[in-house]
Amino acid sequence: MSGGTPEIVIRISDLVVGFGNQLVLDHLSLEVRRGEILGLVGASGGGKSVLLRTIIGLVPKRQGRIEVMGVDRDTASPEQERAMERRWGVLFQQGALFSSLTILENIQFPMRESLHLPKTLLDELANAKLEMVGLSPEDGLKFPAELSGGMTKRAALARAIALDPEILFLDEPTSGLDPISAGEFDALIKTLQQTLNFTVFMVTHDLYSMQVQCDRIAALANGKVVALGPIAEVIESDHPWVKSYFQGKRARVITRATH
Amino acid sequence: MSTDSTLHCTTTGETVRLAPVGAWTAAHSEALEQRLAAINPQISTARELAIDMAGVRELDTLGAWLLERLARGCIARKIQVQFLQLPERYRGLFDQVGRVNRRTVQRPVSKNKLLLGLERIGQYTITLQVEFVTFLEMLAALSFALVRVLGRPRTFRITSAAYHLYRVGWQAIPIMVLITFLIGCIIAQQGIFHFRKFDADAYVVDMVGILVLRELGVLIVSIMVAGRSGSAYTAELGSMKMREEIDALRMMGFDPVEVLILPRVVALVIALPILAFFGSMAALFGGGLVAWLYGGMSPEIFIARLREAVSVTHFEVGMIKAPFMALVVGLVACSEGLRVKGSAESLGLQTTNSVVKSIFLVIVLDGVFAVFFASIGM
Repeated sequence: MSGGTPEIVIRISDLVVGFGNQLVLDHLSLEVRRGEILGLVGASGGGKSVLLRTIIGLVPKRQGRIEVMGVDRDTASPEQERAMERRWGVLFQQGALFSSLTILENIQFPMRESLHLPKTLLDELANAKLEMVGLSPEDGLKFPAELSGGMTKRAALARAIALDPEILFLDEPTSGLDPISAGEFDALIKTLQQTLNFTVFMVTHDLYSMQVQCDRIAALANGKVVALGPIAEVIESDHPWVKSYFQGKRARVITRATH
Repeated sequence: MSTDSTLHCTTTGETVRLAPVGAWTAAHSEALEQRLAAINPQISTARELAIDMAGVRELDTLGAWLLERLARGCIARKIQVQFLQLPERYRGLFDQVGRVNRRTVQRPVSKNKLLLGLERIGQYTITLQVEFVTFLEMLAALSFALVRVLGRPRTFRITSAAYHLYRVGWQAIPIMVLITFLIGCIIAQQGIFHFRKFDADAYVVDMVGILVLRELGVLIVSIMVAGRSGSAYTAELGSMKMREEIDALRMMGFDPVEVLILPRVVALVIALPILAFFGSMAALFGGGLVAWLYGGMSPEIFIARLREAVSVTHFEVGMIKAPFMALVVGLVACSEGLRVKGSAESLGLQTTNSVVKSIFLVIVLDGVFAVFFASIGM
């Protein structure tokens, strides 16, 4: 991150998303800067995952503009869209590894689609990703069903970074992991972010991982971003939901420990 | 995108100086690989290799790995390698890449095809045995549960049984009646068409009557029930197993066989004879309709001939089979349901297994009954 005005990689303005009569995102605006780790918090069912899925194009929007790396999906040609999708990686909540492929084949899947590499190089590169996320080469030959929760997340992360993305979307990366694995996973994301220089857009509930790795936090309530900034600033916010989120009993244990 | 991604190579004495320039990214992989292969002879004679990174504008894992691989190859050939002017932002990536692919995994060697085939046959045989035992176990567990419930009739889950009876019985009637009706029509049409050549159209009534009442009515209905209700049982119990509901039941001191399986099987045993009866009637109706419209045999004559052709025995033979078919379908469906493991794939697999197995067993059972009834002269 250099000084001056930071470059914006995701620009969301006036976004409206709803299902039936229910409005999930209500004229939401948000900007994500290049190279930062942005954490998105919000109530369960409050639209965090919906926002993430809308940005990556899985949920249709009703109104507003979403610009990712300068490309607006509404006006983009299919080629532009495909090129844009190649420049981001997504880690889904349950990993979403293809169950019929081995881990190595899972990592190679996006590579095969967009890179034309000889077999040996493809194997080496996929294995490199596998080892970068802390799995052993033997794990590459396993099938997703044979992996534990933490390993599944790691394998899914390896697939998400297969193409050296510029933006990494993480949907609750540490949910379902024990504190040790969660901590290791946080550290891993941070390390990879520093080595591969990507921007991270992360939906999370994990106060601790927010504390240690997010550069900025966006708090989502009533379909809008009600607080945005470094965690210290967000904690001081006056918004009632944000207050109860960060000042609640569970949160206090962590925020007190670090203040 | 630039096309200037390349590798400059200058040789001074025994030192080779490489200067990668431009974007060393996956998008340029082909050009980069060709270039690396091209300079290989030059390097092989060198004693020292200096890689000057100053010109690299973009670098990703692929680029870093290509350089790392080159360096490793050189080190293996006792050539000294040095990275010069490595920008700070790429240092982390090089550190990471330097650690990977250090050892290769032994892929499991594929065995002799013949041995593999034999092994598979052996495994199938064992599986078959295991499945047969599972079936018997389920039968035994159900019998025990039934005996227990007969001892204390108040513990029978009447609401559950009624609900399942509604689902597998009442709700299934339209589709069963429609299918058997069509089967009856088809048999009658085929019979009339072919028997006409021998001037024997009248015997169509005998054929339709005996075939439907003895065999087809109950068989078609059983197969339909296996596909419709058996698969539903497997999927329900399987998803309960997946969500640990069955473990919760057991933990609270309930017997899952008594609570979940007995009412389902009882409902099926009651429903299937009823469905088979309606099915047979629909098939006879269909046969009569076709005989009238296509064969020109009036309904009065059809009914009169039917009365002569079939006896109560034929009807009994069909009906006696029905509850046994239901028992087989229910047992297979429930035991397959309980064999579901944690994943959604296994749920799908067991549901398929349940349908295939129960249809197979229904047909086998029908054959056994045919032999049995023939030997006792029914």
